[in-house]
Amino acid sequence: MATAATQSVFSLLALDSPGWGGVMLWGFAHSLQLAIGGYTLGLIIGIGGACAKLYGGPILRDLMEIYTTLIRAIPELVLMLLLYYAGTDALSQLLAALGYGAVDIDALTAGIFVIGVVQGAYSTEILRGAIKAVPIGQIEAARAFGMSPLQVLRRVTLPAMLPHAIPGLANLWMIATKDTALLAVIGFSELTLVTRQAAGSTKAYMLFFLAAGALYLALTLVSNVVIGLIEKRARRGLTRTA
Amino acid sequence: MSETVTTPPAYVAPAGRSLFEPHRLVLMAIFGVLVFCIIWFMRWDWLPRYSAKLVSGIGESLLMLFATSFVGFLLAVPIGLAQVAGPRLLKWLSVLFCTVIRGTPLLLQLWLLYYGLGSIFAQYPEIRQSFLWPYLRQAWPYGFLALTLSFAAYEGEVMRGAFAGVPRGELEAADSFGMSRFQTFWRIWLPRAIHRALPTLNGDTVLQLKSTPLIATITVVDVYGVISRVRQDTYLTYEPLLLLALIYLCLTGILVYVFRKLENRIPTRGV
Amino acid sequence: MKKALTIAALALTTTLAVLTGTAQAEQLKVGFAAEPYPPFTSPDAAGNWVGWEVEFQKAICAEAKLDCVITPVAWDGIIPALTSKKIDMIIGSMSITEERLKTIDFSDKYYNTPTVVIGPKDQKFDATPEGLKGKVIGVQVSTIHQAYATAHFGSTAAEIKEYQTQDEADQDLAAGRIDAVQADSIALDAFLKSEQGACCEVKGVVEDDPAILGLGVGIGIRKGETELKDKLNAAIKAIRANGTYDAFSKKYFDFDIYGK
Repeated sequence: MATAATQSVFSLLALDSPGWGGVMLWGFAHSLQLAIGGYTLGLIIGIGGACAKLYGGPILRDLMEIYTTLIRAIPELVLMLLLYYAGTDALSQLLAALGYGAVDIDALTAGIFVIGVVQGAYSTEILRGAIKAVPIGQIEAARAFGMSPLQVLRRVTLPAMLPHAIPGLANLWMIATKDTALLAVIGFSELTLVTRQAAGSTKAYMLFFLAAGALYLALTLVSNVVIGLIEKRARRGLTRTA
Repeated sequence: MSETVTTPPAYVAPAGRSLFEPHRLVLMAIFGVLVFCIIWFMRWDWLPRYSAKLVSGIGESLLMLFATSFVGFLLAVPIGLAQVAGPRLLKWLSVLFCTVIRGTPLLLQLWLLYYGLGSIFAQYPEIRQSFLWPYLRQAWPYGFLALTLSFAAYEGEVMRGAFAGVPRGELEAADSFGMSRFQTFWRIWLPRAIHRALPTLNGDTVLQLKSTPLIATITVVDVYGVISRVRQDTYLTYEPLLLLALIYLCLTGILVYVFRKLENRIPTRGV
Repeated sequence: MKKALTIAALALTTTLAVLTGTAQAEQLKVGFAAEPYPPFTSPDAAGNWVGWEVEFQKAICAEAKLDCVITPVAWDGIIPALTSKKIDMIIGSMSITEERLKTIDFSDKYYNTPTVVIGPKDQKFDATPEGLKGKVIGVQVSTIHQAYATAHFGSTAAEIKEYQTQDEADQDLAAGRIDAVQADSIALDAFLKSEQGACCEVKGVVEDDPAILGLGVGIGIRKGETELKDKLNAAIKAIRANGTYDAFSKKYFDFDIYGK
């Protein structure tokens, strides 16, 4: 390919229109929002789910088992379609019943919800495993000091289980960043869909898909570094390797 | 039921407590009513028309799953080995391969191969006239390639760990028996590594099933593709998706069951 | 631990409430396929959607005094999105057909154009069942073209290949993966004029079949929303009468896209 042609090909990635770089970064920001929101929601569900599985009554425990089993056995793509249509429907009806009025849910919220519910099942299992790894004596000691269950959770169980949970949770974050791409199939304008639109409009398929790949890869590599730092910090004071 | 913390747990069947505890009977009754409602109040009249297509779609999905897992595993062995014992260049290359594939979404890889590579192939008359073109113009080779590479990258990491985890003493013992390097690899190192990796491999094969519906986005008609077709023909929102979820649930259940049977038949003494 | 559970549940509901609090209730969401479909709807490099249908939608909403917000969704789920209230209208080149009328309702038509088949220049065939014998024909899923091709060419063609978006079908034709594409004449015209479309030419207009090819393109709405339907119909009439329709159409076409 001639240099002039090469230049014009790469100018497609320029940040300002007529380059598509700005749009792609905007899509990337959306992907990040989705990943962070979904991951956080997943963690909240995970903490609740792990507690329910460990300390809940038999019915709650069985329900959580059904939830985690179903989510982990059905492909994410199918789950996302189901949750996107049925889940957001149910959620808006629930909110309406709770007196929030007829709220309609925007695409970003729906996306975060969908990823959060899927992630929740996995973080439930990871956190449950991690909490079980905390020596029971530590929790009993906290109780003996007269701490309330919530205080025990906040002061002892959560910090003590963190080193055990971090590898799994880190992995889950990686999965969250990549699962956002599946929302492209639903029509959510995140990085992968924006990339395909750019590629379709300009016919420079290789260029845009490779550029998007580089963005995802950069996110993974940066995440790896940050996770390494967090892991190091969470493990301080720990003599054995968990 | 044991959980490994480093990898996201694959499907693990619920612990075998009695199904007949009172609260479970109540739960089952509730689910029974739910299933009845779904069958009774939703529209299922489209089902007979599509049953033949659904069966062939499931076949396509399973074929993709087993073919890509098998070939992917064959690739994973050298990738894992290169990272443990390869020369620096090979080691570097396989680490790069694993990082790139694992660090980007499968859907993006799939579209890159199908639309990107496909459009490049089409530019060369040599390729369009070659005997390969009847295959290259179809969609499934790209789906096959993307799923295989993905499986190879993830299992490459698993095999790296498995190769590295075989005790040195066993390899030294093989050495002292006068086995050649190739014999050591073929008779001791590889079988022991596969043995160690087997539970993870089985779990990841189940995970691979969950990746197969992505190929429907590049026009391969697997079970997900058939259901998409139903959705488009009937404009039903929930029924086809519920059936699809049920189909995958059954497939996952069957796979887990079969793998567990297989694992039980392999002696695990000393692992 | 009961308390902890309550707190977790509380945190969950608050998060959801905060998340959904940002959603607005009164706006009407206008859905269309999130894909380049020139000259009707396509994304530009600045991230905006442009094209004839975008202008049409703006004109309609202004005329009917509706607060519209454009909402790209996946084409294959666009009708479920409408019925499950993810969107409130479809202004996305959707033809009014009997099959669709079973599920949703339509406004009056706002444009109507013929259906054509295109193929590579180096192959000679015409848009008839005999001409397409043994060919692989690409169509977009859930379109009148899919229904038409299946009904009329299904028995003679080698395969009717379905694509999620029109753009993908065009792309595969250019890449030589399929032999022909059947679609709307204007959408294909835009493709044929592009650099990639140089490979191909129009092979002919397909024989009309009103039962499948429908009565033109209308605005899709949920059943029972007669008030909205009346508003939209009045607005279409109004912009046709006051010249707005012709004014923005002239920018894209040199003929009357409304049809007869």
